[in-house]
Amino acid sequence: MASIQTRFGDGSPVTMSRGELRQDLEEGTADAAERGSVAPLTEDDLRRLEDIFASPHRFLGVEPGREIVLSYDGTPLKMKRAQVNVDRLQSLQIYEKLMGADTLEMGHVDYSFKPVKPIVTFEQPLMEQVLSVTTAPVFYGAMPNLGLYSQPDGPFPNPAELMPRGQIKEAQESYEAAVEEAVKDIVYVCGALYESGADAIILDTVGAAGDADVLAGLKATEILTEKYPGICVELGMASEFILGMHSGLSYKGVRLAGLYPHDQLKLAQQAGARIFGPVCNTNSGKSTPWNLSRAITFMKACCEEADIPIHVNMGMGVGAMTVHDHPPLDVASRASKAMVEICRLDGL
Amino acid sequence: MRGAGDLVARMQMTRGMKIKEAKAYVAEKLKVGVAELTDPVIMNEVRSELGLGEMTPVPGIAKGIEAKHNIARVLDLDINCVRKFKTRTGG
Repeated sequence: MASIQTRFGDGSPVTMSRGELRQDLEEGTADAAERGSVAPLTEDDLRRLEDIFASPHRFLGVEPGREIVLSYDGTPLKMKRAQVNVDRLQSLQIYEKLMGADTLEMGHVDYSFKPVKPIVTFEQPLMEQVLSVTTAPVFYGAMPNLGLYSQPDGPFPNPAELMPRGQIKEAQESYEAAVEEAVKDIVYVCGALYESGADAIILDTVGAAGDADVLAGLKATEILTEKYPGICVELGMASEFILGMHSGLSYKGVRLAGLYPHDQLKLAQQAGARIFGPVCNTNSGKSTPWNLSRAITFMKACCEEADIPIHVNMGMGVGAMTVHDHPPLDVASRASKAMVEICRLDGL
Repeated sequence: MRGAGDLVARMQMTRGMKIKEAKAYVAEKLKVGVAELTDPVIMNEVRSELGLGEMTPVPGIAKGIEAKHNIARVLDLDINCVRKFKTRTGG
């Protein structure tokens, strides 16, 4: 039987036999099922994945009728990162008119709510200009980024310095204080951008600083959706697993530390999020079949629980995509097709 | 924008519709089949006829905020910036 060309999670090529492929698919789903206490992929799912990886074609697409919509995070940053010297308004026009984007996202180069707060009056008129010349719905996006609230970047003692000294209580208090400040900043910035006409808000990379970061995102979502009943908040996560950096924080009676996507979703729904963006991180030392089987196991469980649209994060280092600035199309197209068709997603 | 992805996305964003429901809603409002929503040739004609904005905005067609006024009416949606536009212009 022909060998199968695929890649490791870091993007390096690897050749596998059909038996090796099957073994990695089985081990990937078993790993996710055990960690997340969710059902492993079915035999039908595994066979579908086998077929997708065994296809000799370089690029694959979803079956007709299975098309989904795309939302983005960090959109204008991609242009900056690539040193394409256009302002944000032009970058969004490029996304809409040249790339045919379904949705647009404006954000500041710092991409965190804290640094945007003092300059939000400069963000608002640009948002208003963007809205006047574009047709696709426009999100405003940034990260809660609780790291910016501890010294030397912020006002509170640094938990990463306190914990090694055994000052656990002080570290937890610092996180709790940071949550309150972050919520104020998020609500202030998002409220201003919504008042300027933004279609939606993306709280992106929620949980990057652990459970306190997630709590800030959930609390801010709750306040925003109560204050502005029409607002759409998309909660995009940072990782598949909420790190318990504080470890004692809870939302609506549920401890945040240790939650996997299907449980994160339930809290996002309770907070009022209208779109949820779960994440599964890529293991660069494992094969793409292992990573994809594992990611789909988490995401399938999440989609089965969802009452709101699910836009799975698929990009560098997440959703089984390679940890590389330029994800290879063979991986990107296979991962996207499999994710959409097996999980019954609403978007990516 | 090559098809109707922006319109389907709006239904997810404003009504929290799942993809199947959102596609069916948009198709019904545009009076097209669900399969036609992703056809760039058909959708360009539909968008042109209804003034919903196009990838290549030829002279005289509804663009930007103008197209969003039409999207709000055709999809029976409240679009935040359209509402604010009307308020600010006394419409």
